[in-house]
This record gives sequence, structure tokens and C-alpha cells, in this order.
Amino acid sequence: MDLATLLQVLDSTVRLATPLLLACLAGLYSERAGIFDIGLEGKMLAAAFLSAAVAAVTGSVWLGLGAGILAALLMALIHGLASITFRGNQLISGVAINFLAAGLTVVIAQDWFQQGGRTPSLMGGARFEAITLPLAETLRAVPVFGPIYHDLISGHTIPVYFAFAMVPVTWWVLFRTRFGLRLRAVGESPEALDTAGVSVIRTRYAAVLICGVLCGIAGAYLATALQAGFSKDMTAGRGYIALAALIFAKWRPWHALMATMLFGLLQAVALRYQSLELGRVTVPVQAMDALPYILTVVILAGFVGRAIPPRAGGEPYVKER
Amino acid sequence: MTLVKTLTGAVSALALGTIGATAEPALVFDLGGKFDKSFNEAAHNGGQRWANETGEDYREIEMQSEAQREQALRRFAEAGMNPIAMTGFAFGSVLEEVAPDYPDTRFVIIDAVVDQPNVRSVVFSEHEGSYLVGMMAAMASDTGTVGFVGGMDIPLIRKFACGYAQGVKAVNADATVIQNMTGTTPAAWADPVKGSELARAQIGQGADVIYAAAGSTGLGVLQAAADEGILGIGVDSNQNYLHPGHMLTSMLKRVDVAVYDAFTEGADLAPGVQVLGLAENGIDYALDAYNEDLVTEEMIAAVDAAKAQIISGALVVHDYMSDNTCPVQ
Repeated sequence: MDLATLLQVLDSTVRLATPLLLACLAGLYSERAGIFDIGLEGKMLAAAFLSAAVAAVTGSVWLGLGAGILAALLMALIHGLASITFRGNQLISGVAINFLAAGLTVVIAQDWFQQGGRTPSLMGGARFEAITLPLAETLRAVPVFGPIYHDLISGHTIPVYFAFAMVPVTWWVLFRTRFGLRLRAVGESPEALDTAGVSVIRTRYAAVLICGVLCGIAGAYLATALQAGFSKDMTAGRGYIALAALIFAKWRPWHALMATMLFGLLQAVALRYQSLELGRVTVPVQAMDALPYILTVVILAGFVGRAIPPRAGGEPYVKER
Repeated sequence: MTLVKTLTGAVSALALGTIGATAEPALVFDLGGKFDKSFNEAAHNGGQRWANETGEDYREIEMQSEAQREQALRRFAEAGMNPIAMTGFAFGSVLEEVAPDYPDTRFVIIDAVVDQPNVRSVVFSEHEGSYLVGMMAAMASDTGTVGFVGGMDIPLIRKFACGYAQGVKAVNADATVIQNMTGTTPAAWADPVKGSELARAQIGQGADVIYAAAGSTGLGVLQAAADEGILGIGVDSNQNYLHPGHMLTSMLKRVDVAVYDAFTEGADLAPGVQVLGLAENGIDYALDAYNEDLVTEEMIAAVDAAKAQIISGALVVHDYMSDNTCPVQ
């Protein structure tokens, strides 16, 4: 494999991993606060639809992004209301959100645009354009570093850079701020937080809403940067892969980056080589597609370190009388 | 009580109404929906054309899940709809069971063969049309490398791929055809993001014309082709208008003609297997205002010559589904 091919595969990895990374970080906030969220998929789908719809009507990708975030926030609020305020089962609420988004997006899209549950194709300013970083053209001639900088690091859309920036930001927020300490505490031992006089409900809502914002950006990235419009079920299970990545990362931001990049790389390699030949063994493409799930099961089974979820995860908080 | 009476009355009136209007045709769309800009939409257009020309009406339903297939067919048959047309190979096994129960109803299935006395099976010679667009792809390519992106990995899609590869090799024996299938589950028809990445991977390997036969996933392929400034080839319906200037052509599968013919013949249409190919105008390539600048005189001459040869039988394009192998890669 030469450098150019390697760079193309890595470039594809970055594009495929970005929605996973954003959704994984979104899940990280929510689950660290003790709210399990299998509704990542639904939130991304809702955001993908509304961002594409608004971008198509207004011609502005930024308004689209805002609308996408709003759609995901709405879904997050439903999840919060069901699982925090009404103390419902978080898994069922998450499943409901996935179904709601899958049905609602197509119905509304059909009603608004009459294109069979699709939004019109986005043109020009209604999509995120690739941005060229400073000096990319000048440095291109430099051996090895030039092509890496020009082809791999430069030339992505804004949400990609945002997603990568969110990794250290998330680490800093969770482990270096008062809010982060409270957020982690509410996921491990909400009683302790309550005793200290901090609202469990408010902290959990904050976490769920942050999750909504990040899912909104992930959905908008799918519909307005990678594609030029929304189509039915376009998230295609990425929310679930992000959840698998979250477990694989053991609920840690830097590990989340590694996990999503690994899963993205596996997808990119599977797309590039229909069957991968490693010496005498041929790995079929289906095995590559299944690998993220297999790895997650291996991690969950405790073969490679143990994945311990936040202790109060999945349980609604009931104050003692 | 009165409410119940009114309701029962209304229901029986409705039931009588449907039985009364005999020989009203029905159309059943497969998963993917009526407006997929491709296969199902072509069927819809055929039905609409019939309705506009005759001023009559027809019933239709879109499948939402696998479980609805049998129910939909039985409902329509019991309501006296005739003929009942359905799109997609997935109806094959269901129709095999349903058809004997309604011997007086005529069924039309597109893309599959069901051997029953009251069923017309319409299949298309997709390999012939794919051969033609393959020739055009090879002639339009500067790099000598062209791509194919299929949806779900099933024999029908391999038939597209095989015909395409034969067409490419007929023009340029040294050309490379990169073939990718999106997946092995029905989800492979609806993942445009993956379609885009597959197309980019093929472009990275030098492909400058890509043929997409992958439902909505194909829309992602064509989008990536347009974004990267290369040429795409659409499938089933005429998709040239999607990206003017970046669509070399579309392989037309005239599902609309099949539906229109079935509805026109009405309740006494002839059962049996109907193969629609180039000769029957069931398969063709698209040439319109959106791609006329990309298609040269030379291409049209070569493709039309091949078309005439296929129709006369002088040129035989290998059908992948006849023996599940392809002579060229």
C-alpha cells in the first residue's frame, strides 16, 4: 500500500468516524449522568431531516444546522421528560424515540416536499463546504508531511474539526470543572449529590440536553455535509455503532476518539477492499462489518479489561422520604 | 347503538362498493416506497399514465414491512381487484401461496418468476441495458478504470454488474472494472452515506465513471460522483436530471411499460412469463437534454449498433442469473 492509498483510506476513516464520534460523545455525557440513551440513532435521524429541510428552504446551512440541533433537542427533552421527570424506563424511552424519528421524519418530509420522504437536493450555500487550512497548498510539495497535511488534515468540513475539538473539551469539562464533577457524581451516586444540595434533576437534564446538541450536529453533518439532503433511514444504524463505541471506550472521552476512529477505519477498509488478504487468509467484507460488534462483546465479556458502566445508570432517582 | 348501526352500514356500503366496481386494477409497491426516484416510481408512473389515458382509477398500497405482503395481496384479491400488479422479487414466495386461492384474479409480478396459471411474471433483460451503458462508460472514461456500485448482494444485482463489465470490456479489453456491493441485508438499499464513501474509494482507485444500481444508496453514489467532478450512471428510472453535467446516462428499465400494459389488458391479461429486453423496448439507455453534451455521436453510433446486434441475436450478452457466473471480471 502506497502513501496515497493510505491517505485515501484514512481520509475516508475521518469522514465515516465523525458522526460516530459526535454521537459517541453525546452518549458519553448522557450515560455519565446516569441516563442510558439508545435513542442516539433517532436523534441523529430527526436532526438530519430537519437540518436538510430547513437548509433546502432557506438556502443556508447554518440555519439548517440550528434546526437540526433543535430537532435533536426536542427528542432529548422527550427522553428527559420520560426518564427523569416521570422516572420511566430509559431503554424503552430510547427505543420509542428511535421509532418516533424513523416514522415522523418520512411522514413530515412527504407532507412538505412530496418527494417520497426525501428533501430536495441541497446546492451551494445549503451545504457545508470543505475548508482548506492555511498553507495547505504551499506545504503540499514537502515530502510525506505535505500530502498528509493537504489530503488528510485539510479539506474537511467544519463539523469534522468541531468533533475533534470536542474530545479535549469533553475531557476538560468532565474532569476539570465543577459541573463535570457533579455530572459524574450524579451517574455514580445521585444521593451524594442530593445531600450536597445540588439538584439531581437539573444536572441530569443538562447532560441529556448536551447529548441532544451533539446528536443534532452529527445528524446535520450526515445530511448537509456528507450528503446533499435527507433520505429515509439515512443514519443506517450509526447510532448503535456509536453506542458500541461508547462501551468499547469504557465511557472515556479520549478512548471514545480511539474507538470511533478504529470503527471508522474498519468501515473504510471494508469499503476499499471487498475482501482483505492478509498473507494466506482472506477476510471477507462481512467479517469487517461485524467486527465493531464482536469487539464490543469481547470487551463486555471482560476479556480485555472490564467495561464498568456508571453505577446509577438506568435507574431513575427517587428521593428518600 | 345508532352510532354502531351507522358504522356497520357505512362499512357494508364500502364493501359493496368495492365489490361492485369489478375489474379495478391494483398496484402494490415494494419496500423503498412509491417515490424512490427509481424502480417503484417507474411502476407508479405506468399506473398514472393508464389512469390519465382511460380516466379510470386504480388502488395502490406501499409496503411498510415484510409482514404486510400477504395481507395486502389477499385484501385486494378479496375486494375484487383485477389485475393486481406488484413490484419486486420479494413478492415471489408470497404470491406462490396466494395465487392458487384466487383462481379468477390475475396477478402480475415484476422481477420474479412465479409458475401459477393466473400469474404473469415480467422479467427484464437488465444485462443487455447494462451492457450498453458499460460501453458508454468505457468510451467516456479517460483513465481506463470504471466503477460499479450495487445494492444488496443478490443474483439480480450481479446480473447488472456482469452485463456492465461485458460492455466495458467490449470497448476496451484492458479496462478495469471495480465492483462493490453495499451489503448483504435490505439495509444496503438505503445507506447513501456508505454509497458516497464507496464511490470515493473507487475514485481514489482511478475510476472516472461509476454505475450505481443500489436504490437510495445509489443517490449517494451519484452525489459523490457529482461532488468529485466525475460521471455517474443512473438506473431503472431516468435519473439524468439529478446532476446535469455529471450524469453520463441512465439504464432504463421500463417497469412503467409493464404496469401500463398489464392495466390496459385488464382482467383477461395473458398469464405466463414475459421477458422484456431491448427488442421489446423494455430496456433502454436514457438520452435527454441533461446529458446530450456528454454523449458523443461516436458513442450513440457504437451503442445503437450493439443494440441492433443484440436484438437480431448476433450478439449475446451473458446473463449472470442463467448459471451464476460471469465470464469477465
